[in-house]
Parts: sequence; structure tokens; C-alpha cells
Amino acid sequence: MAKKQVNPTRMELTRLKRKLVTATRGHKLLKDKRDELMRQFLELVRQNRTLREKVEAGLSASAKNFALARASMPAPMLDTALLAPGQKIELEAGERNVMSVRVPQFTYQTRSADENNMYSYGLSFTTADLDDAVKSLADVLPDLLQLAEIEKGCQLMAAEIEKTRRRVNALEHVMIPEMQENIKYITMKLDENERSTQIRLMKVKDMMLEKTYHYSERHLHPDIKEEQQV
Amino acid sequence: MYKIAAIGDKDSIYGFASVGMDIYPVDDGSNAARQLRNLAEGGYAVIYITEALYAQLGQEVDRYRELPLPAIIPIPGAVGNTGVGIAQVKKSVVQAVGSDIIFDDK
Repeated sequence: MAKKQVNPTRMELTRLKRKLVTATRGHKLLKDKRDELMRQFLELVRQNRTLREKVEAGLSASAKNFALARASMPAPMLDTALLAPGQKIELEAGERNVMSVRVPQFTYQTRSADENNMYSYGLSFTTADLDDAVKSLADVLPDLLQLAEIEKGCQLMAAEIEKTRRRVNALEHVMIPEMQENIKYITMKLDENERSTQIRLMKVKDMMLEKTYHYSERHLHPDIKEEQQV
Repeated sequence: MYKIAAIGDKDSIYGFASVGMDIYPVDDGSNAARQLRNLAEGGYAVIYITEALYAQLGQEVDRYRELPLPAIIPIPGAVGNTGVGIAQVKKSVVQAVGSDIIFDDK
């Protein structure tokens, strides 16, 4: 039985059939989109995992170096050394379109291109530990930015996959079966109507013939008995 | 032109200033939430946040999950790696696939 009340008319039937075609096509396309998104997502998430492990290891190492630097020189001096950073990152955020998911893409520029020019302090009052610490952090930086890009991409794609999966399921398990059922219901109702009309016409024809030729009365008449048997 | 920020306890993040990031030292979750909201609307594309604070923020961070920018990335702080970062990646996998198929070997 159809869940929704539908009008069993030919117009409704045509409309539903057209809708079913669209829904089936949409279902196929969304399913393809989901599969491709999933493939790319899994690839990206593997990358994300290895990169994260690398970055976390790098950051832990640099945190150790900073702790060492902090231990080997007075805190105010350290604060002064890092007070005015010589380096500045300028980040440009573009977009990459992955199956209509807009994934950010970062490109960055540092103010001073020279790698050895990243120390914001004079070397005379600071220890070499601080240099090491800053260097180790600067080394992690490209990976750190790439991690941001990839991890954001993963999050956005995961959300999109979830949405697409829901749409696919809704089409597959709710919309399409419902429409098929409604179409079946209308077809059967229309067939039934047609049959009933046909029967009515036959009945009317019989009645009209009866009225003109009086078959039933002839049946009782003995003269036409042979005629009727033929 | 976007900027990069780092939020966390001072010991964990003061080094990031040396590579050109803006640092915002905060100690507790509610201040971090306020700071995060300010930064997200203030032209920052990437916000690094220490795992300890990240764990406290919860819903505040989830709001930005589906927006293209900013990217909010947990990083291990001075206290060490607590596994929040990798759990975040896991969460994405579970959301997309329905179950964790990448990390279950660990």
C-alpha cells in the first residue's frame, strides 16, 4: 500500500514516472560521487596520519630544545630575544575542488627568504641551544602547514561524504521504493477502472440488445427454438 | 592575505613566534574559547592549539569543522603528546566511513 495518498490519474502517473527516472539517475550519480570521494579521502587520511606522526615527533623534539634553551639562559633574556620576531609568514589560501568539495590550499611566503636569517636576536647574549631550538622549529614549519591543509581537507571531505551517503541511502531506501510503489498503485487502479468501464459497456450493450430484440422472450417462444439452437 | 596563530600555555608556544606566527598565551578553556572565536573572525586561516586546550574546547572547535577556514589543528604542547591530534583524524574517518578502518591496527 502506498504510504502517501496519491491521485490515481494518468497525469500523476506520468509525473511520478518522470520523477523516478530523475531519482534513479541522481542516485547513480551520487553513488559514484560517494565512491570517488571515499577513495580520495582514504588516500588523504593515510597521508594525514603519516604527516601527523612526523610533525608530532618534530614538535616534541623542538619542545625539548626550547626547554633546554630556557634552562641554559635567564628567562627575561630569552623573552627579550624572542620579543620581536624577525620572521613573518604570509599565508595565501587558495581552493582546490575535489568532487565539488572546496578544499583549502595554502601557499606561504616568509618575509626573509634566507634560511639563515630567521634569528631575531643578536648571537652574543644567547646560547646555541636557542639557535638549535629555533632551527628545529623552522624545519618543522613546512610540514606543519601542510598538515593544516591536509587535515582541514580531511575534515571537509568527511563531512561531505557523510552528507552524500545519507542522500544516497535516502534515495535508495526511501524515495525510489516509494515512487515505485505509487506507480504500481496508480497503474493497478487505472487498469481496474478500465476493466470496470469495459464491463459496464458490455452490460449496457446487452441491455440495449435485449431491449431491441427481446432475446429472453424469444427463448420462451416455441417457434424459434430451433433457430436458437443453431 | 591570511595569518597563522598559535594558542596554548606560554611554555608550549613561545617558540612559534620565532618562525613568524602570532602567539596567544591562554591558560584555561573559557579564555581559549573566547580567543579562538576572536581569531577565527580575525583573518587567521590556520590556528594551532595545544592538545590540552583543544580537549577542553570540544564543541567550540566542532563549529569550525565544516567551514573551509580556519583550519584548527591540535599540536602537542610542552607536556607531551596526549593523542588528541590523532584522535581527531580518527574522528574524520569514523564520520566518513562509519567505522575506523585506518587506525584499528594500533
